[in-house]
Amino acid sequence: MSALKESSHDQTTEGHAAHHGPSKGVYYAVFATLIVLTWVTSWIATVDLGPFNIYVALSIAVFKATMVLFFFMHVKYGTRLTKMIIMSGIYWLILLLFIVMMDFWTRNWMGVPGR
Amino acid sequence: MSSPAAAANVRHHFENAEQQKDASTIGMWIFLVTELMFFGGLFMAYFVYRQAYPDAFASASNKTDLLIGAFNTTVLICSSLTMALAVNAAAVGKKALLIMFLVATLLLGSAFLGVKTYEYHDKWVHHEIPGQHFECEGCKDSGHASLFFSLYFAMTGLHASHMIIGAGYLIFLIIQAKKGKFTPAWHTPVEMFGLYWHFIDIVWIFLFPLLYLIDRVHK
Repeated sequence: MSALKESSHDQTTEGHAAHHGPSKGVYYAVFATLIVLTWVTSWIATVDLGPFNIYVALSIAVFKATMVLFFFMHVKYGTRLTKMIIMSGIYWLILLLFIVMMDFWTRNWMGVPGR
Repeated sequence: MSSPAAAANVRHHFENAEQQKDASTIGMWIFLVTELMFFGGLFMAYFVYRQAYPDAFASASNKTDLLIGAFNTTVLICSSLTMALAVNAAAVGKKALLIMFLVATLLLGSAFLGVKTYEYHDKWVHHEIPGQHFECEGCKDSGHASLFFSLYFAMTGLHASHMIIGAGYLIFLIIQAKKGKFTPAWHTPVEMFGLYWHFIDIVWIFLFPLLYLIDRVHK
């Protein structure tokens, strides 16, 4: 019971930090970054980078999503439990995408039935 | 019950307002993680078919309008900013500002949906809706190009339906805000809706490059 109390106290202090969130200046800075990157990624899409177009576009998307996640969604100021839930969600998504794609990427490697 | 706790609407099964808010936040995040997996299935389908029919996907994705896509992304990011500022206004108890930012978010969200409607109509006019009358002028592999458009409509449609639900909830929030329900001590619905709205923004941040950008130079 005392452990429970202690952990809830921990969350209270962390939760208090979450209450403040970022300042308005941070919001405007993140917003400007997102807008600039949107037009940068649109422009880079018209430049031939060979096979790298998709990697550049997705890297910019991941960076933009991280900005939104950390600052607009207050995750940077959130509790550890929140961060753990998000990480586990992303982990399962990566498992879904990566394991399925490993199957499809490697099917053509062997000329055997069942591909 | 002490008066600050009463002001924060603390239910009897919570020790204090902070704990109650943490519980709401965690609940919202668990919901958003299930949403992530919901959209994740469609992203997976997209990746599987894109690697199976790269030429069809490349030529079909060039049918989308890059400029309109970038413009709409900008609109959505603006709505995310106004939503973040609305949460901020609620936290400092500025009622008029909160209402203003919620209305701005609603307007920007509606603008996004309006542009999306225009795009859908454009696809309709050009017979780019998968089905019996599907046509894809200049596409390399028309049969599999329709797969791209199936995924395009499924993904943007699911995204748009989330926006429509969000717009409905925004109207509810604006009414609640006008009634003065939200205080610096308790504005959890505004904050939780903010998370939902930003999540939709993140989904679009990935939909935009995948559907509009990555095959621009490989027709």
